[in-house]
Amino acid sequence: MTERTSNRIFDTVNVILLTIFVLICLAPFFHIVAISLSSTRAVVSGAVTLLPIDLDLKAYRSVLSDMSMVHSLGFTVFLTALTTVFCMIMTVAAAYPLTHTKLKGRKVFMFIIVVTMFFSGGIIPEYILVQNLHLLNTVWALVLPGLISPFYLIILISFFNGIPNSLVEAAEIDGATQFGTLFKIILPLSLPVIATLSLFYAVGRWNGFQDSLLYITKTELYPLQLKLYQLVQNSMISDVTRNEGPGVLHSTPESLKAASVVFATVPILLVYPWLQRYFVSGVMLGAVKG
Amino acid sequence: MRGTVYFRRYWQLYALLVLPLAYFVIFKYGPMWGVQIAFKDFNFFQGIMGSEWIGLDAFREVFHSHDFFKTLRNTLMLNILDLIVSFPAPLILAIMLFEVKFQWFKRLSQTILYIPHFISWVIIGGIVYQVFGTQSGLVNNFLASLGFGPVPFLSDKHYWLFTYLATGVWQSAGWGTILYLAALTGINRDLFEAAEVDGAGRLKRIWHITLPGLKTTIATLLIINLGNMIAIGFDRPFVIGNKMVMDYSDVLSTYVYRTGLESGQYTLATVVGLFQAVVGLVFVLGANYASKKLTDEGIL
Repeated sequence: MTERTSNRIFDTVNVILLTIFVLICLAPFFHIVAISLSSTRAVVSGAVTLLPIDLDLKAYRSVLSDMSMVHSLGFTVFLTALTTVFCMIMTVAAAYPLTHTKLKGRKVFMFIIVVTMFFSGGIIPEYILVQNLHLLNTVWALVLPGLISPFYLIILISFFNGIPNSLVEAAEIDGATQFGTLFKIILPLSLPVIATLSLFYAVGRWNGFQDSLLYITKTELYPLQLKLYQLVQNSMISDVTRNEGPGVLHSTPESLKAASVVFATVPILLVYPWLQRYFVSGVMLGAVKG
Repeated sequence: MRGTVYFRRYWQLYALLVLPLAYFVIFKYGPMWGVQIAFKDFNFFQGIMGSEWIGLDAFREVFHSHDFFKTLRNTLMLNILDLIVSFPAPLILAIMLFEVKFQWFKRLSQTILYIPHFISWVIIGGIVYQVFGTQSGLVNNFLASLGFGPVPFLSDKHYWLFTYLATGVWQSAGWGTILYLAALTGINRDLFEAAEVDGAGRLKRIWHITLPGLKTTIATLLIINLGNMIAIGFDRPFVIGNKMVMDYSDVLSTYVYRTGLESGQYTLATVVGLFQAVVGLVFVLGANYASKKLTDEGIL
């Protein structure tokens, strides 16, 4: 066997295996879309795999006509936007002063922040705090406790530190105030990292679930994930108990659950291709000082 | 005199820091102060300050409880199994992606392999149910077509372990390749060419150049993983677990939620949370120490 053929065999096997992995990655999505688009009869008979059978849009019609589902989506969009803006303002406000090595007390401030990366009070004291502040069942319970991620803050500080000092000094000679330097020089140069961290905050909030489970009981304030969880959990329980014997309730039709999952997934899949390069560069930034 | 000049120049920086520091003090140190609940017979009417001190009674109760050790065991078991199954996956995938010659295919596969990382565990839970369900699930349909009976992936605790682990690989393997691919771009190209001239095949090159080039990255990630052995996220075991598989799916984070917020035993739940935080801190510091020794580079 020559060098060239063995190389070709390697490449072919490699590409085939990768294709299989990619398909495994995609198959669950296709399956759930297929279920959501199939008739109940086809789903229950177990005939649906990757393509819809007896095309049926009923499930989507009921999801879209379910006002609470649509309301939840709208609320989650609002919540995500609000959280991202607040988080970014706070993270920038913390990062900029901490890049000044001459700032008195800087080491103490950094210590205060870094400690929280390694030790926390745990969810019970956090819950009691949120309750004592009368934030239960308010939007703020989902925004305030996670305002600054120390990890993202450190990424931002190291990015700010990478900006040439001569630019800042020139601005100071021209009489710029600290605020002026921040808004006119630092921020315009930091747009890529600002975009990346905003995305991380946004995805975190969009996917966040535990805090809403703890702090929210009012249905008007249910984020999409919590709403979906209740639907899915019903189905898990019914699938699990179905093994125990007949006569168990069929709460919601499979296709309806599948349609709800698709409904909650589509927004993130729609924005994903445009945001991908930011995601990747964000990890790289994080890796520099992980 | 000097002080006022300094302050006139820098007051804006301190002004910027006020709110962020207030955030850390209130929302991070507040709960740390609240940890004293673990040493008190806490009830809501008397509040944290008003509740009576009970010393280590609650710790004694927790360390005598069967449920605590079960959830501790499950946490370690799920993390160790996850490490064995999920740790090599991104490494292998990254090497495979690195070897691909068609740029468009490489980029397309990367894009698709990253997607599951951005799907929430709640949605993954919904997908898992549809894929592994006994009635119409994708996997069971496939097994049925091969003539096998339905496998209880969600309701039998041993099969459930498979479901939990497989889901973890699916969610994280693609995303995990990023760090390895970044490290791979740092390897000197000449090494590959030299190896080719010397007549080394592709597998030999992977073994003698690619893998050694990733050694530090592998070691660092392994150490970080070991440092997180006792930490476990809440969403994944909570969403994928269910009543039938509680024997394996109940972990420290879900146990704290259950005892604390569902049954109102705040003191006991705080004790468990504190135990997890302290042991976790020791693990992380130990991992950092090991990392400094092994790779001359701390992870902190």
